[in-house]
Amino acid sequence: MDKGIKNILIVGVGGQGTLLTSRIIAQVAVQMSYDVKVSEVHGMAQRGGSVVSQVRYGEKVYSPIIKKGDADVILAFEKLEAARMLDYLKPGGMVIINNDRVDPLPVMSGKEKYPEDIAERIKGLVENTVIVDASKIAESCGNIKAANVVLLGVLSKAISLPEAEVEKAIQEMVPPRALDVNLAAFREGRKLFTV
Amino acid sequence: MKRLMIGNEAIARGAFEAGATVAAAYPGTPSTEIVSNFAGFEGVYAEWAPNEKVALEVGVGSSIGGARTLVAMKHVGVNVAADPLYTFAYTGVNGGLVLISADDPGMHSSQNEQDNRGYGRFAKIPVIEPADSQEAKDFTRMAFDISERFDTPVMLRITTRLAHSQTLVEEGEVQKPELKEYKKNAAKYVMLPGFARGRHVEVEKRMLKLKEFAEETDLNRIEWGEKNLGIITSGVVYQYVKEVLPDASILKLGLSNPLPEKLIESFASEVDRLLVVEELEPVIEEQIRALGIKVEGKELLSIVGEYSPEMLAACLAGENAGQSFSLESQIPARPPLMCPGCPHRGVFHTVKKMKLVVTGDIGCYTLGALPPLQGMDSCICMGASIGTALGMEKARGEEFAKKVVAVIGDSTFVHSGITPLIDIVYNQGKSTVIILDNDTTAMTGHQDHPATGLTIRKEPTRKLDIEALVRAIGIKNVRVVDPLNLKELETALAEELARNEASVIIAKRPCVLLEREAAQKRYYVDNELCTGCKLCIKIGCTGIYYLDEDKKAVINPNTCVSCGLCPQVCKFDAIKVVEG
Repeated sequence: MDKGIKNILIVGVGGQGTLLTSRIIAQVAVQMSYDVKVSEVHGMAQRGGSVVSQVRYGEKVYSPIIKKGDADVILAFEKLEAARMLDYLKPGGMVIINNDRVDPLPVMSGKEKYPEDIAERIKGLVENTVIVDASKIAESCGNIKAANVVLLGVLSKAISLPEAEVEKAIQEMVPPRALDVNLAAFREGRKLFTV
Repeated sequence: MKRLMIGNEAIARGAFEAGATVAAAYPGTPSTEIVSNFAGFEGVYAEWAPNEKVALEVGVGSSIGGARTLVAMKHVGVNVAADPLYTFAYTGVNGGLVLISADDPGMHSSQNEQDNRGYGRFAKIPVIEPADSQEAKDFTRMAFDISERFDTPVMLRITTRLAHSQTLVEEGEVQKPELKEYKKNAAKYVMLPGFARGRHVEVEKRMLKLKEFAEETDLNRIEWGEKNLGIITSGVVYQYVKEVLPDASILKLGLSNPLPEKLIESFASEVDRLLVVEELEPVIEEQIRALGIKVEGKELLSIVGEYSPEMLAACLAGENAGQSFSLESQIPARPPLMCPGCPHRGVFHTVKKMKLVVTGDIGCYTLGALPPLQGMDSCICMGASIGTALGMEKARGEEFAKKVVAVIGDSTFVHSGITPLIDIVYNQGKSTVIILDNDTTAMTGHQDHPATGLTIRKEPTRKLDIEALVRAIGIKNVRVVDPLNLKELETALAEELARNEASVIIAKRPCVLLEREAAQKRYYVDNELCTGCKLCIKIGCTGIYYLDEDKKAVINPNTCVSCGLCPQVCKFDAIKVVEG
């Protein structure tokens, strides 16, 4: 039924740039003449809570939201958030995880433990798991906040989005002063995915 | 060329294309971006009104004055605006008026999930429901024509999933705005009983004409598929139906009030089984049942919460959501939190420490109700904190009032906190009210309001002086404190609560997200002095965490903004400034 539709779930913590990343992916799909829908989260959940954006593109897309078990890719800006949304992944799907940890409140307060091995456990469960030190790479490119674009680089290579189209979208959507760092981070990201 | 737009942006575009020149709103998720986008067009007027009632009244005046007018609010905002709405439904319009009601099934960012299609039936106005951004634009444009053709305000009802989903939109030509002639017409616009009686008759005639219109309009359409199942649906839920049951016949209602009864009857007669798929209330289903048509709906589908394709698949197609991957372990929850450096944190730490009863209100500070601060006893609606505090006092006596404090934000105070404060003065309450003045409407994304001194377009304007206003109301005891100075705040609270008079404490400090200056100093935890008591952890800040291995607190330099709150909480002076 979903033949030909790509479902990408972008998960992270409020403030990590999931919204911008989903908008860039969607813009690339527009440039490639696909029908596109994006579901975003605004409002209260953005205040440091779990956030999920959803991008769907293909010949004809109806629902803006993805069914559980239907995501082709989960792009996770934080390890725990990948784990939280793992039931959205379809069999054979791919998880791209930023090897970064943002402690949620129950962990910060010492009430619960952060499952340190969570990325490895996901890898044990999902064959197509790519773990990336996106924050470190972004930092080396000039700004730790460009981690989202490193991940975008990995994703774009993994799902064969043309490099030039993505760079065009980045140029349109990223503020000029942050452009160089973002493009560098994006290109580093693309280098990280090899088949 | 087609362009991606969230539903809210598309609505603004639709109103602009329709030649609307005036828009008013009070911010509220998921409606906020409608009028903030409209304000970006040239040659139009847009405003943040103090509340939704005022927004609609500005809209009423603009419509009577002859301009096409857009008014937008979240679902609960329509409750605030309900008074003018019901009577404006009697007077009708001059320039077309479209009221956007942005409902929030699933309560992503709201205190209830009321279904505002009910307002359409109650106020006897048309209700239009788009299913994607293209329709949001096109239907908004059509709504202005319908408003003028039938002399009625029109409600365009959307939901969060439409408001905040981006889909492709083909922009249309912009119609030249036309200011209709203004003619005095008291029988139409002055709702004295004698005139209103006449208008009620007009309202009923209008509903009959709208019923005929419903049968023929393009807003409603049938998509024939297999005839063993016919589905009647509206809004974004239509998309889920197409996804899950692509072969079913569908009657998609773009105009859901009044219903096209004949169209429904003929659709029903051609299908073996009729099902209504609508989020929240069975608004359509019950009306169809009243027509004597056999129909299914809420016995299969929930009346609670937001729908999704997987939920429809489970309920209608018997498909269990594929759970191909699942980790067997519990994942620690990640609830939303106040930001590091948030001025509200100081207030909630203090009211908790003082074991006060806190009547709360709507804004970022409602997060103060959650662990670890848990400093809130009630939160009902915009502005409710102050009247609730007075009511508690009147029920339990003045001694109890010495432990009760109302907490309300600056934008919320201007919205609907002023009249209850007048009530406290008038009826000699002893309550203490804290106005959390962070100089913005933070929760919805930092919109300006009368007390910020800036308009929707960031143009300077006369700034409402909250302190002077509170004094003018008759509050004698007014203090302005820094909420991140815990000692000052606690002293002020203790003194004002003990007083046998009403008091207002203005806790003034801008939202930390507004303009974050580079921190002048950095803090660290001195391991020699830290006893691991976790007092600093209990303020619930992502800038400091507890390291179990060391049994010590640690500052996270990436998130800490050096607001200086945790050093004030530490009893062992273990949180120190980094020298040099």
